[in-house]
Amino acid sequence: MITLRVNGTLHTVDVPSDMPVLWVLRDVLGLTGTKFGCGMALCGACTVHLDGRPSRSCVTPVSAVTGKSITTIEAVGETSSGKRAQQAWLDVEVVQCGYCQSGQIMAAAALLAAKPHPTDADIDAAMAGNICRCGTYSRIRAAIKRAATG
Amino acid sequence: MAPPPPRVSRREFLSVSAAVGGGLLLGFDLPALPPSAFEPNAFIRIDRDGRVTLIMHKVEMGQGTYTSMSMLLAEELEVDLGDVRLEHAPPDDARYAEPLFGVQETGGSTSVRGNWEPLRRAGAAARSLLVAAAAATWKVDPASCHAARGTVMHDPTNRSLGYGALVDKAATLRAPGRVPLKDPKDFKLIGTPAKRVDAPGKIDGTAQFGIDVRLPGMKVATLAACPVFGGKLASVDDAKAKAIPGVRQIVRLDDAVAVVADHMWAAKQGLAALDIRWDEGPNAPIGTADIVRALAEASQRPGVVARDDGDAAQALAGAVRKLEAVYELPFLAHATLEPVNCTVHVRPDGCDLWLGTQVPTFTQAAAAKLTGLPRAKVRVHNHLLGGGFGRRLEVDFVMRAVQIAKQVSGPVKVVWTREEDIQHDMYRPYYYDRIAAGLDAGGKPVAWTHRVTGSSIMARVTSELFPKNLRVIRAVGLHQLIAGVKGLDTDAVEGAAEPPYDLPNIRVEYVRQEPPGVPTAFWRGVGPTHSIFVVESFMDELAAAAGQDPVAYRRALLDRAPRARAVLDLAAGKAAWGQPLPPRSGRGGRGVALLHAFGSYIAQVAEVAVSPRGDVRVTRVVCAVDCGTIVNPDTVRAQMEGGIVFGVTGALFGEITIKGGRVEQHNFNDYRMLRINEAPAIEVHLVASSEAPGGVGEPGTSCVMPAVANAIFAATGKRIRKLPVKDQLRPA
Repeated sequence: MITLRVNGTLHTVDVPSDMPVLWVLRDVLGLTGTKFGCGMALCGACTVHLDGRPSRSCVTPVSAVTGKSITTIEAVGETSSGKRAQQAWLDVEVVQCGYCQSGQIMAAAALLAAKPHPTDADIDAAMAGNICRCGTYSRIRAAIKRAATG
Repeated sequence: MAPPPPRVSRREFLSVSAAVGGGLLLGFDLPALPPSAFEPNAFIRIDRDGRVTLIMHKVEMGQGTYTSMSMLLAEELEVDLGDVRLEHAPPDDARYAEPLFGVQETGGSTSVRGNWEPLRRAGAAARSLLVAAAAATWKVDPASCHAARGTVMHDPTNRSLGYGALVDKAATLRAPGRVPLKDPKDFKLIGTPAKRVDAPGKIDGTAQFGIDVRLPGMKVATLAACPVFGGKLASVDDAKAKAIPGVRQIVRLDDAVAVVADHMWAAKQGLAALDIRWDEGPNAPIGTADIVRALAEASQRPGVVARDDGDAAQALAGAVRKLEAVYELPFLAHATLEPVNCTVHVRPDGCDLWLGTQVPTFTQAAAAKLTGLPRAKVRVHNHLLGGGFGRRLEVDFVMRAVQIAKQVSGPVKVVWTREEDIQHDMYRPYYYDRIAAGLDAGGKPVAWTHRVTGSSIMARVTSELFPKNLRVIRAVGLHQLIAGVKGLDTDAVEGAAEPPYDLPNIRVEYVRQEPPGVPTAFWRGVGPTHSIFVVESFMDELAAAAGQDPVAYRRALLDRAPRARAVLDLAAGKAAWGQPLPPRSGRGGRGVALLHAFGSYIAQVAEVAVSPRGDVRVTRVVCAVDCGTIVNPDTVRAQMEGGIVFGVTGALFGEITIKGGRVEQHNFNDYRMLRINEAPAIEVHLVASSEAPGGVGEPGTSCVMPAVANAIFAATGKRIRKLPVKDQLRPA
């Protein structure tokens, strides 16, 4: 049995200790907003926050998160930077298929929390790990800047 | 461990909603409709409480179609977008076929083109019934009433009734004849940048993609198919896999093995623990070089004629100067970010499927065939698609999932790993094109020949439809049937057979050559993504040979194509064509390309910077679009932006190679995607037009590839005749 804190709630789950957080969230806890894209930390679709820091849940074993606080897309709107990012995403009309956008918003919210006024270089560094196959990059950049000033 | 607890009951599941701004709901194909509902046609349902539901026969894969289809209906129905709910349509060709195809399909950049008039007519017919119902209630002339925001009003007496109060009466009225459509100057929605109706659910994790389905008692499976195309499963030792906690069952198919488990992690662990022996079959020795050699040989054969104006051979012989070239384009995988997946529940009396598909009726038919059930017993619950790009036009993965589910008790979600998704895609064909032109003394092309050689996707697709389906023949026309019988792939030559230029002597041919084992399919931009690259790169070669500016050279050939010339001028002007480039590190260059396809005209100017190591960075793309009447300008912009990134990705990195009969690429490490730090600045300029609407989902991708290649030529003098660019510019 492993106990983990997700979006402020403690859950006790009977899963192998090497099971990635991604599959615990999606297949055990039913939090499907966090997405599977590659399974190798190459695309960022599975990004969650561990104690506020962006983390690729597809390669993070559940044993590594005991005692830490996990935040997912379902609750990131309760944080100031997450809420601003979500609103900016709507204002700029970022989404297309939307599949990557949970991860994009999680990465952006973490960036905004760490650097309230990110430069283009900061955005490149923080967001280059998140693939958008629909190609919404210019709007992601615009939305992060809007969230920073908003 | 115990199976994951059900999150929602079946009943709740069916009504689970992504609450979207203004109460929009993405429902599934709900069971029996309440008898009180007013359903004037297949696209509109209004309940007594005034709730308006629009049934979406097109699928949303990011292209914004749920918003534009809703705008077409809402414009004439006179309801606000914020007050409607959306529901995915069930599979039904009779009611929901794409007018341009004759089957229920979302693809080919057709949705607005095909539905521009039918959906407005559907909205107008419903509105006129509601107005008539109100007029009858008040005993006044319907002409004295008008509708707005879901309400019918009678201004002379200051009376009004909401649509909900009118449904019972409206349902008893006879459907009107042809109701006049609005004058475009009266449009309230069409032409405005309406907010995407699917956006709110996509920023808070509530949007439901196929992969997000959860059902009571559902298992999760993942699979390994024979890595060699056409190979079979010889044997599998599953002892170690079965010992893994959570693994429930090993399913053997002729050419694949699946592990069924309580969750994806157990399924993946189980798959890794299997000891599988494959019978690799006859394709085991095949490599890309063999396929290209066969294409090169086939390209020497005369092909089926797609276009033959004037006398190209004679004009070529008499030309002052002759140029010829071979262009090659690689196999490409779709790599939708949502890996291919399909959830299936096979029962003796029926079958349910949950997935995102561009072809709901093909999905239903495939499942019916494999289960032996009548089609009416197969229910398809369509979802949002985490990317389509042509991948979800195919049902290969549906068939695979049904084959697995037939051996599983209860519902099973079959999820492809990224590696399986890339290695068992159906690929954009490898094309091998021979092209030649003759120039006169002034450098003008007086002869043009182009022979396209490659796999015929159309032959495969239409063999399943022609000539059995009269609806399809009516939709696409008899000429398509005749072309198919002659062996012409009209898709493979689209963009090649009718370039917008004045070419008096032009001959375009198609040679079909199938790659052994490698399945081929449509990829964003379809035929034009290949053809426009060849035509526009070669046009650039002609301009260079003539010593002329690439924009001026094209422009001189566009006297009879004013819309094409206008977008070329617009893009060139906005890009400051002819002016010095802003200083950047590396060698810089601008390239131009022009496209007329999908009913739209596009010109793009790309700027590149090439580093001393030969790395290419596309720094800026200026895009001018004339897609006729625009429904949602922001969608047009977004599709250009996204299409350009998709095309730049393909041009710079995109390549699937075959070795030992298998795909060599695995994941995003060796099948590269453009990332935010590599993405160009993009400017989109729209041409105001009242022409018929054109498609916008694909042409942005098709146009940017040659624009980038031509910019590389401008920067380096190196002509890119083979994609991807990859390391072609590395110093030797």
